[in-house]
Amino acid sequence: MSEPTAPAPEVAGRRPTVVVDDLHVDYTVLAGGRRADRARGVAQRRGALRRSRVVHALRGVSFTAHEGESIGVVGHNGSGKSTLLRAVAGLATPTRGAVYADGQPTLLGVNAALINDLSGERNVILGGLALGMDPDEVRERYDDIVEFSGVGEAIDLPMATYSSGMGARLRFAIAASAEHRVLLVDEALAVGDAEFRRRSEQRIRELRERAGTVFLVSHSMGSIQQTCDRALWIDHGQLRADGPVDEVLPAYKDSTR
Amino acid sequence: MTGEQVPAAEVARRAGLPRLGGRPPLVDYSRDLWERRALLVELARSRFRATNEGTRLGMAWVVIRPLLNAAVYGLVFGLLLPAGTRPDNFVPFLVVGIFVFQFFSGCLNDGAKAITGNLGLVRTLRFPRALLPLASVLQQLLALGPMMVVAAVICVVFGEPVGLRWLGLLPALLLLATFSAGVAMIAARATLHIRDITQLLPFVTRLLFYTSGIFYAVDRVGLPRAVEVVALLNPVHVYIALSRGALVEGQAVDGSTWWLGVGWALVVLVLGYLFFWRAEERYGRE
Repeated sequence: MSEPTAPAPEVAGRRPTVVVDDLHVDYTVLAGGRRADRARGVAQRRGALRRSRVVHALRGVSFTAHEGESIGVVGHNGSGKSTLLRAVAGLATPTRGAVYADGQPTLLGVNAALINDLSGERNVILGGLALGMDPDEVRERYDDIVEFSGVGEAIDLPMATYSSGMGARLRFAIAASAEHRVLLVDEALAVGDAEFRRRSEQRIRELRERAGTVFLVSHSMGSIQQTCDRALWIDHGQLRADGPVDEVLPAYKDSTR
Repeated sequence: MTGEQVPAAEVARRAGLPRLGGRPPLVDYSRDLWERRALLVELARSRFRATNEGTRLGMAWVVIRPLLNAAVYGLVFGLLLPAGTRPDNFVPFLVVGIFVFQFFSGCLNDGAKAITGNLGLVRTLRFPRALLPLASVLQQLLALGPMMVVAAVICVVFGEPVGLRWLGLLPALLLLATFSAGVAMIAARATLHIRDITQLLPFVTRLLFYTSGIFYAVDRVGLPRAVEVVALLNPVHVYIALSRGALVEGQAVDGSTWWLGVGWALVVLVLGYLFFWRAEERYGRE
């Protein structure tokens, strides 16, 4: 696993899979309406031109994740949880600092790639390719995906005709079919019905058994408690706490009261 | 808490973890793009299908739409315009011009929306972003195929002789697609920086439609020499002229037009690709 000359630093006897080093992520947005500008005393309007404003989504987050760990990410809305996940997935570029990761960390979710007017079959192919499989892999896994989704004969029908449950199951089956060492689950992106939650929790356990690493962003303390052993608490773009779930969650709960 | 004494970069190096994000070097980027070509093709094909799904006539619209377009423009320009600006076999002349222009304007407009209209994709999945504007062009190419068959049939019906020169249509369309791919990539990045460009595009499209000699012959209008030269250098007109040269008798083009077509295609493709690649890490962030 580790290089022969320089043994990997052993933290709890496990190899690092993701290293986040002083991560800063900024977004540029067009300044909103006049009222917001005035309230903040910035970005005055000059003629018809709107100024852009920089939003600091993450401000210096550092941590190391190891194989076999599942890490819950908590924090209030807009604290930077989703941005952190996207940065670990390589989708948000650090303004400062860096993310190092094993393989290609992947967000669980392909919804954006799918086309509702097309049949489930075409969507399985499209989704598989979008997740980075090659055409042979998609063919190989096609039957498994369809079976796992339980969509049955309806696979030939347009996804728009599916019930919301069927659609969610097929989307999850496609998303979960790709093999990844680091899996990122953002519940805000997923359809949060009970079925989905059950399957994603199962998927997270499977992955951990194969020494992968899972990140879970969720507002449900229950699902983090159940599936995660470590928690990161993100507050205003900074890491407020990082430790065992039993310690971080109570502290976070106290602060929200 | 996992307190580390070793610097994070060193931890990552020892564990053999590569750094994420940022823009890959041009060669790696191009290789990634090539490796994801199956996604590019599937994306274009799926979207092409989806545009006609849910209508009763389905794929027939791919042919009906350009035919209706040709009929409308033929009626309007055939009756309204002074006959002097019109070449002899006006219908094939007009149809080829309109179809080529539709392809180009489709690439320009879909290309402009390739990133901003697919932010969901850009924000959840990792792939070389150039794939999106290129998929728009491929999608337009899938529509151009049947359109060109329709154009060829119209040409025959209106008495154009079938000949070897028809083979010239393939390189002409290939150059047009190459040029349009460059334009799509430029438009995709430009709209990202300045969303307002989407508001201007309909006007740019219309301006090009009226200036590119689609329903009149540029050299018959009697433009001042300098203006005519500019009008003849216009790449959209160049590709229309090349396509007409292949299908319509009496519209033959000389070698210099071909060289213009090759030049525009290569320059715009290379510039467009570089321009797009240079902002790779910014797509989905703004």
